[in-house]
Amino acid sequence: MLKVAGLRKRYGDLEVVRGVNLQVASGTCFGLLGPNGAGKTTTLRCCLGLTTPDSGSIELAGLPVPAQAREARARVGVVPQFDNLDPDFTVAENLIMYGRYFGLSRRECEAQVERLLVFAGLTDKAKAPIETLSGGMKRRLTLARAMINDPQILFMDEPTTGLDPQARHLVWDRLKTLLTEGRTLILTTHFMDEAQRLCDRVAIMDQGVIIAEGAPHELIDREIEPAVIEVYGDGIDSWFETAGKRYSERSELAGDTAFCYCHDPGPLLRTLEGLSELRSLRRSANLEDVFLKLTGRDLRD
Amino acid sequence: MTDLHPVVGALGTSSERPADRFRFLHVVHRNYLVWRQLLGSALVGHLADPLLWLVGFGFGIGSLLPTVGGLTYLEFLGSGMLCYSVMNSASFEALYSAFTRLKHQRTWEGILHAPMTVTDIVIGEWVWAGLKGALSGAAILLVMAGLGLLKSFSALWLLPIVLLVGLAFSGIALVVTAVAKSYDMFTYYFSLFVMPMMLVSGVFFPAEQLPPIVRFTGELFPLSHATALARGLAVGAPLDHVVLHLAVIAIYAVLGLGLANNLIKKRLTK
Repeated sequence: MLKVAGLRKRYGDLEVVRGVNLQVASGTCFGLLGPNGAGKTTTLRCCLGLTTPDSGSIELAGLPVPAQAREARARVGVVPQFDNLDPDFTVAENLIMYGRYFGLSRRECEAQVERLLVFAGLTDKAKAPIETLSGGMKRRLTLARAMINDPQILFMDEPTTGLDPQARHLVWDRLKTLLTEGRTLILTTHFMDEAQRLCDRVAIMDQGVIIAEGAPHELIDREIEPAVIEVYGDGIDSWFETAGKRYSERSELAGDTAFCYCHDPGPLLRTLEGLSELRSLRRSANLEDVFLKLTGRDLRD
Repeated sequence: MTDLHPVVGALGTSSERPADRFRFLHVVHRNYLVWRQLLGSALVGHLADPLLWLVGFGFGIGSLLPTVGGLTYLEFLGSGMLCYSVMNSASFEALYSAFTRLKHQRTWEGILHAPMTVTDIVIGEWVWAGLKGALSGAAILLVMAGLGLLKSFSALWLLPIVLLVGLAFSGIALVVTAVAKSYDMFTYYFSLFVMPMMLVSGVFFPAEQLPPIVRFTGELFPLSHATALARGLAVGAPLDHVVLHLAVIAIYAVLGLGLANNLIKKRLTK
């Protein structure tokens, strides 16, 4: 569905995409993860033919991009990072007008409005102006709008950023529906739980290159120890120096919390017995641990 | 919410019609639908404003003046206001409204996610702003006809001409929109370009008595050519160099569109 090879893109002195290779199989969900400024959005824009790369080749839905980007976009739905619903139209009109850009007739668009509104959970909002919608409603409408052309592939740039938990779960539910219909999903996110939940494969991108790729559970198995103990409280520094470092395979002190990664947490947990001033949390390693290990804890803004 | 049908029919049947070069009409159509919602205020603006201006200034100042180049001041002003109004209407649409769709509403970004190109959008906006200018011009012609100012049916030639004038100012304005960072830029455009051009183009008073260099400068821009055509065709002033007038206006229309297209393409596909 999507094949990217040797993609490079430079803005002035800064090369934001530095040789990206990607393959996304039909009917799967692919997540492109990375800190702010990693080059995720630029990569997506190149894939859609909205930016011309400096070098590399892209094939989207069987068509070369950017050469036939417009034709490729006819088979693709896009959910952008920032809502660009048309504020001059109502909810239903937004769907109809958008279908017109795909060359659909008004009748063809109108025939789909009801199903798309059910999909978005907005059936009673058909005539509402856009400005009266909540953030979650706008996101769902944007997703429904992206479905107006019955796309084989959906591109989503941070589909749940800024949504409350209820709204996120609803969006995830809809995305799963689309997957069961056999569509291909390509999304960027910096929510690791979202990636772990939805994606068949993820690629972690940093400073313009992909630094790890695989199924979420593969990456966790491959990149990181299975158990994580988080410890915090008074006296954390001395405990970390004497016990934390010693009884874990990898550890770090981030702010006031020690993160200790190990295969067998038994010995480490025993050092905490009787230390009532320290609190600890034991959990399994997740994709976020992998992400932080690979991209570091430094802020990127 | 519980019983979900597949969102749309079978996979892979996305509409892919043969490429046509009229995709820009979708953009014109979109803007038309929005404009239609505000039809009332739009028509009042198009009809009531020029009527008040013409009646107020035309009769008010006109009664103090002898004829201007063989015309009553009302005739002179009417044909000048015709062009001024086309220019204003097209410029406002291609500046403020287009910039809103480019930057604040991200309307163009959304359209680009569909199988549309930047050129489709730019041509659509160019045509739309041109049409708005033409509509404004047509409204003034109507007002002039009502006041008995039109001398012959040759005034009907002005209908296609006001569209061309609208497209010229739409093209120039889109170039400014393409490079604008904020609305403030448009104040410069109006104060430093539109106003001076208006003063040397024979809109409110004849340009003939201005110093030759000033007159010549005025003739480099489309407004003076538009007023010459309007005055000749609407109220029967002497009319020469028709082809030259039309050519200058058309050149601005086409060059404006071309340059705007290149600049907006650069801006949107960075």
